[in-house]
Amino acid sequence: MLTVFALASAVTYAGGYRVGVQGQRALAMGHTGVAVVNSAELGFFNPAGLVHLENQLTISAGVSAVFAEVAWQNSDTGDIARTDNPAGTPFYFNASYKLNENLALGLSVYTPYGSTVKWEDDWAGSHLVNNIQLQAIYIQPLVSYKIADFFSIGGGPIFVTGSVNFNRNLTRTLSDIDGNRSNVTIDASGVTEWGWSVGGLFTFTEDLRLGVNYRSEIIMHAEGGEADFENIPNTPLAPFQDTTFDAELPLPAELTVGLSYELNEKWLLAFDYNRTFWGVYESLDIQFANGTTSTNPRAYEDSSTWRFGAQYEATDKLTLRAGYYFDESPVQEGYFAPETPRNDSMGFTAGLSLDVTSRLAIDASFAYIRFDEVDASYNHYIDENGQNVPFGGTYKSVAFIPGIGVTYKL
Amino acid sequence: MKNYIKYFGILALGMVACEPEFENPVDDQDAYTSGEADFSNYVALGNSLTAGYADGTLYLSGQQNSYPNILAQQFAKVQETNGFTQPLVADNSGGLLLNGTQLPGYNTRLVLGVSESGPAPRNYGGAITTDVSNILTGPFNNMAVPGAKSYELLAPGYGSMEALMQQRANPYFVRFASAPNTTVVADAIAQDPTFFTLWIGNNDVFLYAVSGGVGVDQTGNLDPSEYGRNDISDPQVFAGAYSQIVSEMVEAGAEEGVLLNIPDVTSAAFFNTVPNNALVLNAEQAAGLTGYFQAVAGIFTQYLMSQQVPAAQAQAIASQYAITFNEGPNRFLIEVPVTQTNPLGFRQMTQEELLLLTINQAALKQQGYGTAAITPQVMEVLGILQAGGQPTQEQAQLVLNAVNAIDDKDALDQSEIQAIDAATAAYNQTINQVAQANDLALVDMNALSIKVSNEGIPYDAGTLTGEFAVGGLFSLDGVHFTPRGYALVANEVIKAINSTYNATVPKVNIGNYKTITPSND
Repeated sequence: MLTVFALASAVTYAGGYRVGVQGQRALAMGHTGVAVVNSAELGFFNPAGLVHLENQLTISAGVSAVFAEVAWQNSDTGDIARTDNPAGTPFYFNASYKLNENLALGLSVYTPYGSTVKWEDDWAGSHLVNNIQLQAIYIQPLVSYKIADFFSIGGGPIFVTGSVNFNRNLTRTLSDIDGNRSNVTIDASGVTEWGWSVGGLFTFTEDLRLGVNYRSEIIMHAEGGEADFENIPNTPLAPFQDTTFDAELPLPAELTVGLSYELNEKWLLAFDYNRTFWGVYESLDIQFANGTTSTNPRAYEDSSTWRFGAQYEATDKLTLRAGYYFDESPVQEGYFAPETPRNDSMGFTAGLSLDVTSRLAIDASFAYIRFDEVDASYNHYIDENGQNVPFGGTYKSVAFIPGIGVTYKL
Repeated sequence: MKNYIKYFGILALGMVACEPEFENPVDDQDAYTSGEADFSNYVALGNSLTAGYADGTLYLSGQQNSYPNILAQQFAKVQETNGFTQPLVADNSGGLLLNGTQLPGYNTRLVLGVSESGPAPRNYGGAITTDVSNILTGPFNNMAVPGAKSYELLAPGYGSMEALMQQRANPYFVRFASAPNTTVVADAIAQDPTFFTLWIGNNDVFLYAVSGGVGVDQTGNLDPSEYGRNDISDPQVFAGAYSQIVSEMVEAGAEEGVLLNIPDVTSAAFFNTVPNNALVLNAEQAAGLTGYFQAVAGIFTQYLMSQQVPAAQAQAIASQYAITFNEGPNRFLIEVPVTQTNPLGFRQMTQEELLLLTINQAALKQQGYGTAAITPQVMEVLGILQAGGQPTQEQAQLVLNAVNAIDDKDALDQSEIQAIDAATAAYNQTINQVAQANDLALVDMNALSIKVSNEGIPYDAGTLTGEFAVGGLFSLDGVHFTPRGYALVANEVIKAINSTYNATVPKVNIGNYKTITPSND
């Protein structure tokens, strides 16, 4: 019965459902930006570009509302379930201060992982997940240095503080005497870790830039988290008592290479390629204080995202943007779990910036993430009798992300 | 400029309202079809197995997992229905009160307790709060009455409190009968059913079986008013009642329905958990018992001779008691009727004879139940015999009295099994004919029960078998099913509906239904 402690994939969800929302301007252009010198959003996308910003002080801040829902059904049994996720609210704050022509300092705060999946309690897949919430806040001081006119570098250490709260039923059937399903909540907060990112920006001509950015892998070590068991029948046959746990949750490294090209005064085109090194996520192992360990195979594979964006300066005060990306899922066949309802997706994005004053602009973006309907299953759940019990069905996901932000220049 | 923002906001809100949509959603009206059946008002008739009875009683979560309730939930995925109501009890403890006092024999549910000696069924310690005097207001789609026999569904007064006081009614039906003099079937047809299931007749033979055959096989007696609780109903009585129930339901508008026949009674865990050869002996014990029964035979020979029976005949009769025991497993002895050929009224069990789950297993292991209760005094007499001495009449009687064969109530012998099988076969023949005559779907529970006990039913997390406590089919009373077992019944009913009425009712995944409940409370 101890194998029932799969913490499933708190992180999986984050990774699997990571929708880039680290800047309204970038997001509106398909979340491209590694080679786009546009705003302090560069703090996230490529700090090497900060030194190229025109103003002495540039600040970009914003917030989005992530409306992401998943539906699952099984036509053999006629069961259907839909998530009822509260809107996620990822935010970002980027500031860049130019000390001189060759050196800029910056500070970025962003939330690359932060979302919620909430299925109806006791739904058909409740032995895998009832609900999960995950949040990680990245805080990163930055330095950006122009080595030569055609090349600059930038980077800095990343401080991460994260939390996870995850609930699922212990098995498909265990309940207390009244039939209330036995479940566990695993909660860890204030988990901190360090990482780093570094980027380089080549400026071939005034119109053509090439950017490279690498963000390091960060393994979150949750230590002494709380495991809370509810509705456990009073019997030695179900020896579940509240305890603590340790677990490691990898946030994989990401490499981005991209181009930006200013077609003319009004048009700018951008292309980014992301490679996320999800291969590090082989298994999620949770060690409980009572000496038991739960092993949950994930077997992710490195995945790629191709992003395309365009920007058009409609008037001297209004800039319009649009973009598209194709996002490859790291989840492999047979590992498709309902807290990671992630197959390949396409993002369609649009947005605008409106200069309210010469210093202040309002940035807005909107993204629609489209997933194909997919028949998939998770085949690595081991039940209380040691039996491998697949959980499958048809999944369909969709996400809408409106966002608003400001850019301030001084 | 503000307009841009406004439009953007409207656009965003409009799209946010969207939900993920399947190409063929299963909750679409046309996802499944009821075929020629109409599930809009489904009424279930039956006994405990239809009520959701489990672990020796009726309790709330058992009712929620009754096969009719599971079926109704699947029907609701196929067409719009009027819902499905059940006469729910008050708690998950089970048991019944009458005016605040526990009804004798209606105890709390069995749970799997764990003590120092290991896991074993025990009665749950929670309070009983379901009072029979609290009459529910119906109608109820699930009209199943635990304990009901076939003809009792047609018996006026079966739900009368007054009759209950004279022990002539059923407390479960008293709880929800629409009027004291109504019948179960009358309350069912008053609901204008469009569809029905009927699983009745089990108790017409089953109560005899679980009593260890202490009842009477009433085959040939056509007057059920003369039957005792533990008797086998005459097959003609069953046939008459069964045909009448079905024709009344069909005439009331439930032209489509499903009949479930009677399972192979003796395949239940109740009869297959305590093996008849559980008497495991070492060489010394075997020799001791063999010696004892030789002494019994010798003493009885002498007794017969003293009663003027010729020596050869006396020896021939008494020799059946010189039972030989061997090292390893041996079959127990059971009581049988005293006859001229078996004047002591016991013999060793045969291979197919069965012991009941309720037998005192500690007595089997420790008190010589099923063989002999050999006291030191008996040992003394045996010693005298061994030394070639002559015991007194009293001492000889002491030896004979030590024989401790298994009571009739704890076992099913060959003749009892034959009576059960004959009645079951006769009932099932009737059910088959009635199904055909009325174009109703038939579920062969008899074949299913044999399949479960012989090979099991595979499902997504293993194999469902009839093994007690661990097999998954039987609840802790060894007779009624677990929720997983009832889910299996629901799937069999669905299979029959789909093939008979060209419907596509989706089945359930039985792996999602629980089995027995462990609890030390």
